[in-house]
Amino acid sequence: MLEREVVYESVLDHDFLDEIYSLPGGHEIKKCIQCGTCSGSCPQGAVMDYAPRKIFSLIRAGFRDEVLESNTIWYCSSCYSCAVRCPKEIKITDVMYALKRIAIKEGKAKKGRKASALSKNFVRMVNKYGRNHETELMARYILSAEPFNALNFVPQGWRLFSNGRLPLMPHKIKNIEQLRKILKKIDELEEM
Amino acid sequence: MKYTYYPGCSVKSTANLYQESIDAVVPAMGVELEELDDWNCCGATAYMSVNEMMSFAISARNLAMAEKFHRDVVTPCSACYLVLNKTNRYFNDYPEVRKKLGVALEAGGLSYSGNIRVRHILDVIINDVGLEKITGLASRKLEDLNVAPYYGCQIVRPMYYGFGAGEENEEGFDDPDDPVCMDRLIEATGATCVKYSMKTKCCGSSLIGTEEKQALKLCRGILADAENNGAHCIVTICPLCQMNLDVYQPKVNSLFGTKFDIPVIYFTQLIGLAMGKQPKELGLERLAVKMTRPMKQILQGA
Ligand code: SF4
Ligand code: SF4
Repeated sequence: MLEREVVYESVLDHDFLDEIYSLPGGHEIKKCIQCGTCSGSCPQGAVMDYAPRKIFSLIRAGFRDEVLESNTIWYCSSCYSCAVRCPKEIKITDVMYALKRIAIKEGKAKKGRKASALSKNFVRMVNKYGRNHETELMARYILSAEPFNALNFVPQGWRLFSNGRLPLMPHKIKNIEQLRKILKKIDELEEM
Repeated sequence: MKYTYYPGCSVKSTANLYQESIDAVVPAMGVELEELDDWNCCGATAYMSVNEMMSFAISARNLAMAEKFHRDVVTPCSACYLVLNKTNRYFNDYPEVRKKLGVALEAGGLSYSGNIRVRHILDVIINDVGLEKITGLASRKLEDLNVAPYYGCQIVRPMYYGFGAGEENEEGFDDPDDPVCMDRLIEATGATCVKYSMKTKCCGSSLIGTEEKQALKLCRGILADAENNGAHCIVTICPLCQMNLDVYQPKVNSLFGTKFDIPVIYFTQLIGLAMGKQPKELGLERLAVKMTRPMKQILQGA
């Protein structure tokens, strides 16, 4: 439920809309007709604070914090069901990704604490090895996000390990320096 | 038919059984997969959640390295398929993305024109090898085996990006809500295809690590629908779908009090079985939910 019932123009964040518009393809959200096809298609809709249709209406009305602090963006499993059905061809899934990034950057990912920990550790793995090392990823994720829930992961880990599906050693690509140079350049470009 | 092969991280670890079955079946189809030297992780859904341009950049490194071979890139992983294609799409559609990626690749001594086509191995087997060839290779009688095709999300849905690259494939290679290509493939192996409605419903993907209950609920729905329609096994094309439905199946059972005992195998394992290969050669012994007795009996022709 929205906590602020009456919203004054002055407290709404109009820059938020511009922020979304400036994403590649982001201006598409202007075309949303609030038909609800996305919410009806979303397998996660029932557990989201606001299903996708509402997210678009909140973005357009400038409810920045409500959107960024919602659990919605973290429940989005990137299944693209909404995006393929949207009559206005809005790249809904990609907007969800953009919201994740803004929320992480601004420290608003409280409800996405676990998902953002997983993503950040994944990025760390790739920047370190050039590949994902699933064993280390899980270990790091559990330590950073769910240390008291570690036992919960044991049965699955064992099922993988005992069937020879969990390599203990990471694989590092040969030209990791090249990958890092490319990433560093993006970092510089994005700073500009 | 020679392709540049982009395996992705999963088939090198938790999905090694997928790779084993691919190695066992593709030579007979006349498919040669040459692994892209020094490929890096595509970043999956996680990298994109943190930094989109960097996620495109790491994928672009792979595409740039593949370009000199002038062949289609083939991947067995639905997530890699999606991410590499999405990178291509953004690279070609948005000049600002193309510019940044060009400069970044140059910093690494690489360049990319945007013309490499990335395909899923399912697409290659169905459209390049062809179903007739599969039927020709099938020697084991599988008609009593009821197989439920599970497509998942990442392979059929992103057609809205115009995936499957190339004019003729502007629409992707199958319908996003009711794909049938794997149904046809199952029939081509001689097995019986189970019709059920959850074949493209989300398995929860990485929510399994972060919002486990929700992901398990989604898995339960898929397993229940397959079981109610008489499936002996589920066939999948994606390492993450396989992991959720297989490795987490006991957990679904303990959480919801269900008694699912449904092996979840890769489509290449099914093809291998049809070709008369032994389960071990196909990595089938690595399943968390082992092949059931009825399934084994059917394989032995009993
Ligand atoms: S399906 Fe598209 S147009 Fe309809 S409410 Fe969702 S975003 Fe808006
Ligand atoms: S992509 Fe995300 S928002 Fe869209 S239907 Fe799937 S889970 Fe829901």
